[in-house]
Amino acid sequence: MNLKKSLRELTFPLAAVAAAFVVGGLLVLAVGDHPLLTYELLIGSALTWPDGIGYTIFYATPLIFTGLAVAVAFRCGLLNIGAEGQLTIAAFATAWVGIELAHLPAVLLLPLCFATAIVAGGAWGAIPGVLKARFGAHEVITTIMLNFVAVALASYVTQYHYKPVGDPILETVPIGAGGHIPRLGTFVPGFPERIPASIAFLVALVVCVLVYLFLWRTRWGFEIRATGASPPAAQYGGIKIGRQVVLAMAISGALAGMVAINEVLGYRYRYYDSFSAGYGFTGIAVALLGRNHPLGVVIASLLFGALLRGGLFVDIFTQHVSKDLVMVLQGLIILFVAAEALFRDRFAARRAKA
Amino acid sequence: MSQILTVAFLLSSLRLATPLLLAALGGLYSERSGVINIALEALLLAGAFTAATVTHFSGNPWIGLFAAIVAGVAVAFVHGVACIRFRADQVVSGTALNIVFLGLPQLLAGAFFASTGATPQLPKGQLLPFTPMVIAFALVPISWYVLERTRFGLRVRAVGENPEAADTAGVDVARVRYLGVMLSGALAAIGGAYLSIGQASLFTRNMSAGRGFIALAALIFGNWRPVPTMLACLLFGAADALSIQMQGVSRVPVQFIQMIPYVLTLVVLAGFIGKSRAPRALGLPYQKK
Amino acid sequence: MLELRNITKRFGNVLANDSVSVRVEPGTIHAIVGENGAGKSTAMKIAYGFYTADSGEILVAGQPRQIDSPHDAIALGIGMVHQHFMLVEPMTVAENVVLGIEPGSPWKLDMPGAVAKIRALSQQLGMAIDPTAKIETLAVGQQQRVELLKALYREAKLLILDEPTAVLSPQAVGELFTILRQMREQGKTVVIVTHKLSEVLAISDEVTVMRDGKVVGNRKTAETSAAELARLMVGRDVLLRVEKPPAKPIGAVLAVSGLTLVDEDGHRRLDDVSFDVRAGEIVGVAGIEGNGQTELIEALAGLVDAGEVTGSVRLLDQEVGSLDARARRHRGIAHVPEDRHRRGLLLDFDLAENCILGAADRPPVAVGPARAWLSRPAIHGRCTRILNEHDVRPPDRTLPARSLSGGNQQKLVMGRELTDGPKLLLVAQPTRGVDIGGIEFIHRRLVEMRDKGCAILLVSSELEEVTALADRLLVIRDGKIVGEVDPAQTSNEQIGLMMTGGAAA
Repeated sequence: MNLKKSLRELTFPLAAVAAAFVVGGLLVLAVGDHPLLTYELLIGSALTWPDGIGYTIFYATPLIFTGLAVAVAFRCGLLNIGAEGQLTIAAFATAWVGIELAHLPAVLLLPLCFATAIVAGGAWGAIPGVLKARFGAHEVITTIMLNFVAVALASYVTQYHYKPVGDPILETVPIGAGGHIPRLGTFVPGFPERIPASIAFLVALVVCVLVYLFLWRTRWGFEIRATGASPPAAQYGGIKIGRQVVLAMAISGALAGMVAINEVLGYRYRYYDSFSAGYGFTGIAVALLGRNHPLGVVIASLLFGALLRGGLFVDIFTQHVSKDLVMVLQGLIILFVAAEALFRDRFAARRAKA
Repeated sequence: MSQILTVAFLLSSLRLATPLLLAALGGLYSERSGVINIALEALLLAGAFTAATVTHFSGNPWIGLFAAIVAGVAVAFVHGVACIRFRADQVVSGTALNIVFLGLPQLLAGAFFASTGATPQLPKGQLLPFTPMVIAFALVPISWYVLERTRFGLRVRAVGENPEAADTAGVDVARVRYLGVMLSGALAAIGGAYLSIGQASLFTRNMSAGRGFIALAALIFGNWRPVPTMLACLLFGAADALSIQMQGVSRVPVQFIQMIPYVLTLVVLAGFIGKSRAPRALGLPYQKK
Repeated sequence: MLELRNITKRFGNVLANDSVSVRVEPGTIHAIVGENGAGKSTAMKIAYGFYTADSGEILVAGQPRQIDSPHDAIALGIGMVHQHFMLVEPMTVAENVVLGIEPGSPWKLDMPGAVAKIRALSQQLGMAIDPTAKIETLAVGQQQRVELLKALYREAKLLILDEPTAVLSPQAVGELFTILRQMREQGKTVVIVTHKLSEVLAISDEVTVMRDGKVVGNRKTAETSAAELARLMVGRDVLLRVEKPPAKPIGAVLAVSGLTLVDEDGHRRLDDVSFDVRAGEIVGVAGIEGNGQTELIEALAGLVDAGEVTGSVRLLDQEVGSLDARARRHRGIAHVPEDRHRRGLLLDFDLAENCILGAADRPPVAVGPARAWLSRPAIHGRCTRILNEHDVRPPDRTLPARSLSGGNQQKLVMGRELTDGPKLLLVAQPTRGVDIGGIEFIHRRLVEMRDKGCAILLVSSELEEVTALADRLLVIRDGKIVGEVDPAQTSNEQIGLMMTGGAAA
């Protein structure tokens, strides 16, 4: 990729973010606060050491996983709106293994928990893949439906089988200590251990590299991308479309499932109902903004992670604006990235005039 | 079983089906014209919040209802501009709006009422417990008539199936699609208004609770046709009523009853019960050559 | 009635229409004829407002007119029947006809009135069409009549038909021509765009010949001949001449017997097809488009649903009929598809990745444990070899395939399919949309491959191309092989008769 092309790749996402912030700023103004001061608070509070950066990393980690999940599916021409359900099932399953096998030592329990997160998410993700490959059911609708089913299932099992007696919150009993992963504070100097950012972040970065290698350096990745680019051409090249759809959805689900590493093994040490702050949906924004590329996904995740962190401060320190501003900004960014033609047409017009 | 099938249960089913039906009929106009509308959730929330807020300030639920319709049309228009003018991916645009409306009502509620997402409680005299229900069920035959017997309906169907054919016949594809999408905003917003100033007496955070998606499921289940869509909404409304009635009473966990609409939709999509056929141009942006 | 004056239209860097002038007299049937890509359809789509000309003017009934959209054209009494029908399938005939100019009030359509009017219109022209039938239940020929009705309902005085016979059986062509003559009797003007000379001679009063975006001749049909028109169309007396020594075929590579394909709607697309192809020969398949050629190639390549196919396909004495596309490639079947944009290329991928399509699952491209890794050196080597040997320009493997011209895209596909030394090469429409230089190159390569001992099955809708290249020629009609001829010993007229079942219109 040459420099000019890279710059062009960056132009549209940046324009979309800028446009979202302008519209968001107008909203802030409308509810009676100062947009620039609000934004300063939003961004500034995410950049302090160690808390701002620590929490930004903590929030960015699940987004890297869900962003990658959406990106891999997208490369196969599929829109996975089901990351939310996949990570819910995976988080519950991971907690379940952590609870049932609590007595195991870390060297056994941790790999088992990791594997459970991946397999459970992958299996839940494979369902819409099979429904599409076998019956032609559109993955957007099936994944939406499966999100609700996943949440209901996890909530049912939690409520009836794993809830501590007398606990007012819908959550499971804690997992065994062997299932805890180290927080960054245990080995990064000057980084307090109370910040829940854990080695899950490093895992996420490694997974990014693996996803990149998989998509662009292996034949399976090539087959998935070829299927996404043109199913008839892929079929002509001897690729089985249905198999790629199932494979891509399973990988997508497995990536979404890895959110459990951050949330269950690194933070809460248990499953609790509606733990996900819409990570699966924000993953769509992350993937779109990151152009479905692992590097882009990391950058976009850090941006959204920072917004989630900063949102808490906006909530407390402004008069009217709440942290819901972050949600609105996220949605607006997706909208502007989706309506890319808005910017593209404008650029094309300018180039034509010049 | 006889205990369950009471008049109260039927009424409760109808009440619970009402917002679904309004949103689903709204989705029908949009999707029959070829624009996927998974933003029904956002439209419900927009309608619910606007209705509660405007009713609170004006003291008149009719003004609140009207304002909700205006808000719904405006939000749908944004979806329309993104999908029709800028050829955005329709699912992505809808998802974006859904996310915006997970935050926007709270943001505004915080400013207007210094609350964390709810609007103030409305007195009983300022509610519309029946009107939206009547509107919803009256709209079923009306929608059938509009689709099958009017010029607009003919054009909606043509544009959703084969926009190029409609275009060459002199139909303004974009215009028909804008109208379809904006109508979906109006109807879904009435559904939303029913949630906040009909069933409840205030707006609460995320009060639509996935009804936009169930409405979408009903629309698919009903094969994008008014009467079958209504039947699907009634079925899902009954499931909802059942789950409320059985809470604490029955040994069947409520989560399983809540799953019914979603599982049924999956079963239909997999082709186990008949096959639903979407409008052929659904989801495809149309660009004039 | 209609006159185009000096119409020029560019698409990107392609000059589709170069100062085209056509004059259509009222009350006549006017043919516009030329090879694929000569610019005939473009000119007519400009007249109908589908495209806007870069320069030039349009006169309707002697008046200069601005036609910016089909709407304008309709208002001026111009109707068009597109090659691909513009019909809404789940709606009725009447609904389709009135769409856009619906009778009655907006709130209550007058459908009974419309149905009566349409019934009357269709009876005037001797068409038996039920206005209340759904389009999806009608046969292709009837759907075309609905298109005619649409134009007539809008009181079109001039009707443009774009390649109306491409999809019709010979009998349906005859019926269509009867209807068109009847319309001329009623004072309408008809413009028919085609590349079939027999039809021009059969139906038209006047003919305009186009070549390479220019008008190269205007004749009264009565005063011209097929030979003269053919010469004008291609600009030389002999269309194509391929230098090739006689074939020296050896043993059979491909043996097909009883191949039958029934699609999901129950239509027999291929009906008991049997033939063989030997190493070192080119077997051509001639036929009017849509008679099963596409299905034949795709069935042999393993690209159709296995459940739809019966019969036996043997490659070098081994049954391959139940194998999938990948396994067939492994056995040595290569395939140059008829639609390179849809099937043959990944348009947004770079040339290097396009060079491994179909070869990415095995060494030397896929290496390591489980053949998981794509070897960069192997990909680059392969790509460089293909680009050089097939003179693909520009030879830059990082470019997206989309950026190449049609001819270079086709050379890339050819190169990729030939580079592994296939035993059997399936080639469909190898020179469609390819420039003259590219055509010669591709033809030479096919003959070279033949002489190296490759068995080649060639399908082309250009009769000249198959007769020039093939050593043996099969004629296909309605999914059946209706005869085999020696192309060197048979005239095109004879072959044409076989293609049309002797019922040429």
